[in-house]
Amino acid sequence: MDKVIKNFQNISYGPAPEDSKEVNSWIKNLKNPNNHFINGKFVKSSSSKKLNIINPSTNKKIATLSVASKKDVNAAVSAAKKAHVKWSKLSSFDRSKYLYALARLIQKNSRFISVLETIDNGKPIRETRDIDIPLVARHFYYHAGWSARNTNNSDNSIGVVGQIIPWNFPLLMLAWKIAPAIALGNTVVLKPAEYTSLSALYFAELCQKAKIPQGVINIITGDGSTGQHITSHKDIKKIAFTGSTEVGKKIIQTNTNPDKKMTMELGGKSPFIVFEDADLDSAVEGVVDAIWFNQGQVCCAGSRLLVQESIEKKFIQKLKKRMEKLRVGDPLDKSIDIGAIVAPVQLKKINSFVNKAQKDGNKLWQPSWSCPTNGLFYPPSLFTNVTPSSFIAQVEIFGPVLTTMTFRTPSEAVSIANNTRFGLAASIWSENINLALDIAPKVKAGVIWINSTNLFDASCGFGGYKESGFGREGGSEGIRAYSKLPLPLSKAKRGKKSSKGQSSNSIDRTPKLYIGGKQKRPDSGYSFSSYDAHNNFICDVPNANRKDVRDTVEAASKAVSKSSTNFNRAQILFYLAENLQNRKTTFSNLLSSLIGISQKDAKKEFDQSIERLFYYGAMADKFEGSIHNPPIRGLTLAVKEPIGVVANILNDDYPLLSLITTLGSNFAAGNASIIVPGQKTSLLATELYQLLETSDVPAGYINILTTKQNSLNKILSEHENIDGIWFFSENNNERLKFIQSTTSNLKRTWCPQSKNLDWSSKEEDFLEEFLYQSTQVKNIWIPYGE
Amino acid sequence: MTKKIFYNLDTSWVNNTQINLSAVERRTSTLTKRRTVKKEFQVAWLLKAITLIDLTTLSGDDTFGKVERLCNKALNPIDDYILHDLGLDQNEIRVGAVCVYHHLIKDCTKIIQNKLPIAAVSTGFPAGLSSYTTRKKEISDSIKDGADEIDIVINRGYVLQNNWKKLYDEVRSFKETAGKTKIKAILGVGDLETLRNVAKASLVCMMAGADFIKTSTGKESINANLNNSLVMLRMIRDFYTKTGKKIGFKPAGGISTAKSVLEFLILVAEELGFEWVNPKLLRIGASSLLIDIERQLYHYTSGRYANKEKLAIG
Repeated sequence: MDKVIKNFQNISYGPAPEDSKEVNSWIKNLKNPNNHFINGKFVKSSSSKKLNIINPSTNKKIATLSVASKKDVNAAVSAAKKAHVKWSKLSSFDRSKYLYALARLIQKNSRFISVLETIDNGKPIRETRDIDIPLVARHFYYHAGWSARNTNNSDNSIGVVGQIIPWNFPLLMLAWKIAPAIALGNTVVLKPAEYTSLSALYFAELCQKAKIPQGVINIITGDGSTGQHITSHKDIKKIAFTGSTEVGKKIIQTNTNPDKKMTMELGGKSPFIVFEDADLDSAVEGVVDAIWFNQGQVCCAGSRLLVQESIEKKFIQKLKKRMEKLRVGDPLDKSIDIGAIVAPVQLKKINSFVNKAQKDGNKLWQPSWSCPTNGLFYPPSLFTNVTPSSFIAQVEIFGPVLTTMTFRTPSEAVSIANNTRFGLAASIWSENINLALDIAPKVKAGVIWINSTNLFDASCGFGGYKESGFGREGGSEGIRAYSKLPLPLSKAKRGKKSSKGQSSNSIDRTPKLYIGGKQKRPDSGYSFSSYDAHNNFICDVPNANRKDVRDTVEAASKAVSKSSTNFNRAQILFYLAENLQNRKTTFSNLLSSLIGISQKDAKKEFDQSIERLFYYGAMADKFEGSIHNPPIRGLTLAVKEPIGVVANILNDDYPLLSLITTLGSNFAAGNASIIVPGQKTSLLATELYQLLETSDVPAGYINILTTKQNSLNKILSEHENIDGIWFFSENNNERLKFIQSTTSNLKRTWCPQSKNLDWSSKEEDFLEEFLYQSTQVKNIWIPYGE
Repeated sequence: MTKKIFYNLDTSWVNNTQINLSAVERRTSTLTKRRTVKKEFQVAWLLKAITLIDLTTLSGDDTFGKVERLCNKALNPIDDYILHDLGLDQNEIRVGAVCVYHHLIKDCTKIIQNKLPIAAVSTGFPAGLSSYTTRKKEISDSIKDGADEIDIVINRGYVLQNNWKKLYDEVRSFKETAGKTKIKAILGVGDLETLRNVAKASLVCMMAGADFIKTSTGKESINANLNNSLVMLRMIRDFYTKTGKKIGFKPAGGISTAKSVLEFLILVAEELGFEWVNPKLLRIGASSLLIDIERQLYHYTSGRYANKEKLAIG
C-alpha cells in the first residue's frame, strides 16, 4: 500500500520529472568533442583545444566542446561568403520557404529541444517548453513572413554576419540572430556560448533536414578566443553580439574595420516600479517573472525593485510570502520555478556579490527552505536597506537577487529608475493609465512593460538605451539592422571658380561660438584664421577647447530636458528656412568664396539647403513610430524618441547643405545638437547663429563650436554626457580611432565613410537615414482589459 | 487578534481595491504550468479533492429518488474495488457535503444520518431577488429542517451600483439569521462582469460575516474559473492578513474534470497554502466531477481507461 495515497489528507508535491531518455542518448552519440557545422556539413575541429560541457543541475560533465581555431573560423566565413552570392540572389519567396521549414521543424521537435536546453542550461523545463522554444518557432515564422512580403526581391543584404550569443537563452538568441539575418539574404557564422552549445548543434541538424543551402548557416563552437577570430575577420561585414557590456565594449574597441556594422545587446539593471495604486498581488507575481525567471540570468531582468514608500511594508510582506512558495530544484521537474545556475563561475560570482552587499550593510532575506546542494543552485534573494549609492543597486548580478528601494513621488521614481549606466528595460505598475503612460517615456530604456514584465515577441523591437547597447532585434526595427543602406555618392565634381577672390574692405567680422543660445568668446582666448579658397585671409575664428565643450554639453542637456512638441519644432524649421532665404546673397557669396565653387553651384547648394530645411520641418511631425501587434490582448507602441544630446562633426564637403541637413534632422527629431563645422568653412556656421536667434530656436537646442579640424574629436567622443555622435570623414584611420573612443558611455555613433558623399541627393532613404540616426526606438508594451 | 463574526464595513479598503485583468490571466495561465502532480501524488490529490466536494443537485426536477442516489454516492463516493486496490478502507472517504434545494433537506437528513453536512441553497436562489423577509425566513426554515450550511445569494445589483452599505447590511442580516450555522455567500461572478467587482464584493461579504465566499450559482453563463477564483483567494488572503480570520472558498459550476479540479487545488495551495486545502476552508460545488475522478482512480489501479458505465452514478 502506498504511503502517499494512505496519507491523502496531507497532500504535497511529489516529483514530476520530464522524460529525458531520447535527449540523453542524442548527447551520448554526439562526436566527442563535437564537430563544427560548416558549409552544411559537420566537420572536425582543426584545433585540439577542448572544454567540458556540464549539466548545471548535477554539475557533472556530459560532453566535450571543441574550441574553434582561426582556421575553423576562416573555413566557416569563406563558406558563408561563397554561399552569400547565391543566397542573396534567391527570390525572397524562396528564402521564406526555408525559414518556414525551420519554424515547422522546431515545432515538430519542440519537446526534444526543450529537454535538451534544460539539461544544457539548467533552466526549468517549464520555461524552455512554454517560453523559449515557442518563441524560437515564432521568430522563424515571423521572419519567414518578412521575407515573403518583400515582393520586389531587392537585395539589401549586408553579406556575412558574425553572430555571438550568450548562454542565458541559447536557442532563442540563436533564433533572434539567424532568422532576420538569413531572411534578408545575409549568411551567418554563429558561435553559441561555451556553456550552452548543444541546442545550436541540434539546430544544425535541423538545418540539414530543412535543406538550408550549404554555407548559409555555419555554427562553430568555442570560447572567447573563437569570438575574437570572428569579430576580427575581414570578410565579416556585421557583428551582432549579445552579452555583457564589458565584452561588447571590447569588441568595439578592438574592431579594425570602421565600416563593419554592429548591433550590441548588452547588460542591464532594469527598474521594476510599483506605484501605490497598482494591483499589488499581480505586481508581486510580476516581480517573480522579472527576477526569478531563468534564475535571474536575464539581461532585462527587473532587478531593481522601486516601491512607493506608502506601500513598501505591505508589498515586501507580500513578496516574502510569495518567495516562500517558490521551488528551486531539478530543472527537468515540471513543478520547479527556479533551476540551476549555468556554471560554477557564475554561481561564485553571485555569491561574491551577495557577500559584498551584506558587508556593505544591505539586508539580505531568503526563504526559510534550503536549496538542493547537488547542483549549482541559488535561492531567490531579496535585499532591503539599499540606496541608489549601494554597490548592489548598481552592479548587474545576473542571478536571482533582487534589490529594493523606495520612492515618494513619480518624478523621484523616474530619477531613481534612470540612475544607472544601463537602459535596457523597465516595468511600470499602476492602475492609473495617466501615470503609467506619463512614466513610460521618461524612463530611459529600450523596452517598457506596463503592468507586465519580460514579455517578448518577434514582432516587437528589443534593445537598449545607454550602455545596454544599440540596435534592435525583432519587429521592423530589427529588419533594418540586417539591411544595407548605402549612402548616395556624387557622380560629378562641382566646378572650381577660376577668378581670384577679392578682399573686401568691409568692417572686420567677429565670429563667436554659439552656446546655449548665446554668442560666446572661446574659453581659451585663441583663434584660428579663416581663409578663402585662394588663401586670402578673411578673419579670425574662435578656437573652442575642452571647457567650451563642457559648457555646451551642459547647455544642450538642459535644453533637451525640456520637451517641445513636434509641431513647434516644425514651425521653427520652416521659419528658419524663411529667414535664411532672405540671406541668399550673403550665404552664396560666402560659400563660393570659402570653397571656391561657382556662384551658380553656390546658389544651387543654398537652394537645396532651403529645401532640406523644409523637408526636415515637414518630417518633424511625420517621422512617426508604429504600433506592433504581438499575440496578446494589448498593443506595443514603437515610439521614436530623440537620442538626447548629439554632436555632429562635419567636414568641408557641401558645407552649408551638410550643416543644414545634420542640424535640421537632429532638431526635427527633438535632439539638442552640437555642431562642429569643417575648419575651412566655419564661417558659414557662425553666420547662421543670428538666424537661429531670429527663428526662435530655443536656447541650447543648436550649438556651434568652431575649431581646428578634428581637434575636439576625442573630447566629444569620450564625453559621457553626449548621447550620440556623428562624424563625417574620409579618413578610415580617423574613423576607426573615433569609433573606438565612443565606448565610455556607448554613445549612439554614426561614422560613415563620407568620401564623395552626395549631400544633394533627394533619395528618401538617404534623407530618412538622418532621422533614423537621430532617434532610438522604445517599445512600450501595454496589455489591457477589464 | 481576536476573531470576530462581523467586521465594520471599510469602504475605503473596498474602493481602493485594484485588479489587473491581464496580469491575473498571466498568473493563472502560467500557474497551471508551474505545478503538476503525477502518479501516487496525483491519486492522493484526487482523493483529497473528493473530500472537498459539495455534491450538488440543483434542478427544478429534483425528487426524492434523485436525492437518494446523490446521498448514497456522497457516502460511498468510490467503488469498493478501487478503494481496495488503493489500500483504503470503505468508510475512509466521503465528500465534503451534499448541497440541495430547501424542499429536499428533510429527505437528506434521513439518508445521511449526520454522517455528512447538508448544505441548502437559500435566499431566493439563484437570482436572490425575492422579498427580503421571505429570503430571511428561508434561512431559518432550512436550518429548522436540518441544514448544516446555508448557501446564500447576494443581490448583484448592489455590487453593480457599488452600493456597499446595502450589500453589507443584507449579508450581515443573513448571517445574523443563520447564527452559528455557516453561510456561504454566492457572488454570482458571471453577473458582476469585472474582476474588480468580484474582488470588492468578496471583501464586503467577508466583512459582513460570510464564512465562505462562493463564486456562482451554476446558473449564470460564467461560473468558477481560475481567474475569478484567484481574485477571490487574494481577497481572502488580504482579509486574513488584516483580521486573522480564515474565510473559506467555494468555487462552483463548471469544474467537471479531475484535471481541472487539480488546477483549482494547486491555485489554492499556491495562493493561500496547504492549510486552506481542507473541507473547513475549501469546498468545490460540483455534480459530475466525482465520476471523472473515479475514472482516473480506476485508471491508476487497473492501468486501463474506465468505461463510465462501470461506475455508479450519483
